[in-house]
Amino acid sequence: MKVRILVAFKDSVLDPQGQTVKNALHTLGYGVIRDVRQGKVFEIDLVGVTRPEAEKLIPEISDKVLANPIIEKFSWQILED
Amino acid sequence: MKFGVVVFPGSNCDFDAFHVLKDVVKQPTVWLWHKDHDLKGVDAVVLPGGFSYGDYLRSGAIARFSPLMQEVREFAEKGGLVLGICNGFQVLLELGLLPGAMVRNKHLKFLCQHVTIRVENDRTRFSHKARRGQVLRIPIAHFDGNYFAPPETLAEIERNGQVVFRYCDADGRLTDEANVNGSLHAIAGLMNAGGNVMGMMPHPERASEQLLGSADGRLVFESLLARF
Repeated sequence: MKVRILVAFKDSVLDPQGQTVKNALHTLGYGVIRDVRQGKVFEIDLVGVTRPEAEKLIPEISDKVLANPIIEKFSWQILED
Repeated sequence: MKFGVVVFPGSNCDFDAFHVLKDVVKQPTVWLWHKDHDLKGVDAVVLPGGFSYGDYLRSGAIARFSPLMQEVREFAEKGGLVLGICNGFQVLLELGLLPGAMVRNKHLKFLCQHVTIRVENDRTRFSHKARRGQVLRIPIAHFDGNYFAPPETLAEIERNGQVVFRYCDADGRLTDEANVNGSLHAIAGLMNAGGNVMGMMPHPERASEQLLGSADGRLVFESLLARF
């Protein structure tokens, strides 16, 4: 089973890297870009788990390891069974 | 007093810390390997600076799962003394022994320079040889030293007097320029509510001998040696 997990700073945390990317895009003339938030992508291949098991496991590992819940939030999607 | 210096793959200030403890402060000091399960009967644990596990995922995020850190957690929870320097501070935050988290420095630069920090609380096991308001000159070397905590956590640590050091200018004033990495409340050193665990981003082990330009950092190690 292939899963994609996105980790990004919470809205309450400043993201200086995203700000820098936004400024660069503005410099290039892309004035329509209002905001940029930078995050991390994890593509994870699971083996021998059912969909309900995966739905329990993914938030567990995201909360425990992949994201730091003090500063980051996560979202995920199952790409293929 | 017996000290243990933890070694992770990627630690690079471990020898400096070991040298200061053994040769400058003159205490029995042993190495603690991250894969071991034994703290060798030490009275205090020092988590040194460096880039444990290459800072992969987040600074300190992988190191916290090492077998030895589970021992350090138990040791700390029983009141054992733990000092985390730079990456060691980041590990303590990831481990949850200290509140908050580190994010990238405000100007997205790796900062390697001397800074001045002000002693905010001199009634701690890490600072009682200094006096409140004293300005110490100690170097920093980090990319992720921008301290963050949610407002309710910040209020709590301020109320408890857990902030031990703040970035300041040479005269002890808190200014935006002096807060080089952008830390909330200019926090440079922070202890737990129990007062037995402290993390600091500046490197006291790099400023413990006059030969190196400053011996102010020695106060941190000397404070550890005695109760107050």
